[in-house]
Amino acid sequence: MNRVPLERKVLSENDRIAAELRERFSAHGILCLNLVSSPGAGKTSLLERTLEAFPREQRVAVLTGDIQTDNDAVRLARFGFPVRQITTGGTCHLDARMIEKALAEWRLEDLDLLFIENVGNLVCPASYDLGEAAKIVVLSVAEGEDKPLKYPAMFFRSALLVLNKIDLLPHVSFDLAKARQNAQRVHPGMATIEISCVTGEGLPQWLQWLEKGLAACSRNLAAT
Amino acid sequence: MHEFGIACSVLDAARAEVRLRPEMKLTKIVVRVGALAGVDPDALDFCFQALVKETDWEAVVLEIERRAQRHGCPRCGREFEVIQYNTTCPVCGESETTFSGGNELELAYLELEEL
Repeated sequence: MNRVPLERKVLSENDRIAAELRERFSAHGILCLNLVSSPGAGKTSLLERTLEAFPREQRVAVLTGDIQTDNDAVRLARFGFPVRQITTGGTCHLDARMIEKALAEWRLEDLDLLFIENVGNLVCPASYDLGEAAKIVVLSVAEGEDKPLKYPAMFFRSALLVLNKIDLLPHVSFDLAKARQNAQRVHPGMATIEISCVTGEGLPQWLQWLEKGLAACSRNLAAT
Repeated sequence: MHEFGIACSVLDAARAEVRLRPEMKLTKIVVRVGALAGVDPDALDFCFQALVKETDWEAVVLEIERRAQRHGCPRCGREFEVIQYNTTCPVCGESETTFSGGNELELAYLELEEL
C-alpha cells in the first residue's frame, strides 16, 4: 500500500481564483464586501438604504446572487449605480468563478467599493472565498438569537454582524444581549451594529464602518 | 447542500493524482473536515457514494477525519479542543485564548496499491 500525501485544500481551485480577485481588488484599491445571511434577513434592504445614502459620484457597484429571478437587481438598480444579477440556477452559494465572470464587463478602475450580495443561506456560502476583504453577516431579530451557535462557520468567518430589523424588537421575543453574547462566543471580538432599514436607526454607524474600510483601502493603495 | 460540489472537487483532485500513477489503483481518499468548515461529513459521504456508484471507483473508501475547533492559550501555551463554545483554557483558566484550528477542509492523503 502506498500513501500519497496531498495536504491541500479541497476547494483549491476556488481559492486560487479568489486569491487572483483579491489581488485585483487590492491593486485597484477596491473594498470588496461579501454580504451573507439567511433568506429574508434584509441584505437587499440594507443595500438599498446604503446606495440611497451615497452621493451620485460614489464609485460603488453591486453583484447580487440568487437562485432565480432578477428581483434584487431591479430593486438595487433604481439608485443609478452599476448592479448585476448573478442567477445561480439552483446553486446555493456564489463561488469565485461566478464573481470573476460577472466582473468581466466592468472596469475595476472605476470602482472603490464592491458589494457582493450572496445567496440567502447561512451554511454553504461560508465555504467559498470570493476574494472579499470581509464577510458581513446580517441577522434579523425576526429569526432567533441562537443563530450564531447554530451556524458557527458563518459567524466565525464574518468580520461584522449587522443585527437588522431592530424596529421589530417590541413585537418579537428576540433577546438582543443574548444574540450579541452568542456571536462573541463563536467569534470573540466580533464587531456588531444594530440597525433598522425601516426607521434608519443605526445606519449612520453602518455608513461610518464602511467609511473606515474605504479609508483603510485607499491608504493601502497609496502605500503600494 | 454544497457537499455535492465538494465531493466533485475531492474526486477531481484524486483523479489528477491517479492519472500520474497509471500502474497504481486507488483504494482510499482521506479528507479532513473541521467543525467550523461549514461542511457536513455525513452529507459529504452521501454525495461521494452517489458519485462513485457503478463506476470503477465504487470500492474506493472515503475516510473523513473530523477535527474539533481548537484554541491556543497565550498564558500556558497549551492547545485545547473547544467544546460547546467554551474557549477558556481548561488548564490555567485564561479566558482570552486564540483560535488555532478547526476550519479545515483539506485533502489529507490518498492510498493506492499496485495493480
